[in-house]
Amino acid sequence: MYPAQIFFGLELFYQVLNFAMIVSSALMIWKGLMVVTGSESPIVVVLSGSMEPAFHRGDLLFLTNYDHEPIRAGEIVVFKVEGRDIPIVHRVMKVHEKEDGTVKFLTKGDNNNVDDRGLYANGQAWLNRKDVVGRARGYVPFIGIVTIIMNDYPKFKYAVLAGLGIFVLIHRE
Amino acid sequence: MHTFLSRVNAVSAFSLSTLAALTFLCFASTFFINYKAPVTITAANIVLKNVPEYAVSREKNDLGALRFDLSSDLTPLFNWNTKQLFLYLTAEYETPNNKINQVVLWDKIIKRGDASVINLKNQHLKYYFWDDGNGLLGHNNVSLTLSWNIIPIAGTLPTWSGTGSYKLAFPSEYTLGRSY
Repeated sequence: MYPAQIFFGLELFYQVLNFAMIVSSALMIWKGLMVVTGSESPIVVVLSGSMEPAFHRGDLLFLTNYDHEPIRAGEIVVFKVEGRDIPIVHRVMKVHEKEDGTVKFLTKGDNNNVDDRGLYANGQAWLNRKDVVGRARGYVPFIGIVTIIMNDYPKFKYAVLAGLGIFVLIHRE
Repeated sequence: MHTFLSRVNAVSAFSLSTLAALTFLCFASTFFINYKAPVTITAANIVLKNVPEYAVSREKNDLGALRFDLSSDLTPLFNWNTKQLFLYLTAEYETPNNKINQVVLWDKIIKRGDASVINLKNQHLKYYFWDDGNGLLGHNNVSLTLSWNIIPIAGTLPTWSGTGSYKLAFPSEYTLGRSY
């Protein structure tokens, strides 16, 4: 092989390695956040307007899910109804906790007129600890709007990915 | 800095980093603030019934009703990082059935710029005061507190309670009929 070809092969190898390093660092940070906060989804994007005017679509929330922190009225929790994938961000309005720690609670969105019993599973009147994805602890406005645009307009997502791919190819020359 | 694209790149990178730094400063500068304020709560017209709560089950649960007065000055809670206050009046009590019961009876949103002095008289409850069971009969240690959740422009979402709560006592007999 000519020296130029060997050199080319090495550069490609380093670029692939670089890319893999970036991807695995991002993954490590995400998984590390999951462990530190105890939540399966430490950062969520608000998807609906049911908590306006506090949170709007596209806002970012930072969650923690420590077992030793009890669920109390007035807290903002992110929960998933059993059998459904979509996380819902609402406020706790009733809590009944027994001596042994088992707790049942009711939630309601600030912008909704009625509580969430209509959103729970058929026949379910209360939420339990296991339905909670996390408690909202921090908030940054507007940043998550990118995720919502990507979800609502998948063509935009493909365009961004294609653009990134083209940029990587051009940059190498 | 010759092409249009490189200029756009530089300007947008700089403005994004400035915005990020400002957001962080917003969060850091208000992290340690104590959002305390005194509150005066009184209640009257206390009524207790025992009727089926159909939204939950066919069983009869205690249903309490009352009117309350509420006054507080919440102006010191608003700073450059407060977007809104979410106020909520909670009744907290212990029953043989449950060690901790918390029921939100009323809530209000005060946005930045709205009137921040509360002076309510003879206010109705906004939400039904259902107990999980029959634990309110003759209960003389239900405490009413006003708490608030601060929603910042960016940062943490702390919850604070007002100093000053009201001790509520329920009658030891149920009221029959449609009196409220």
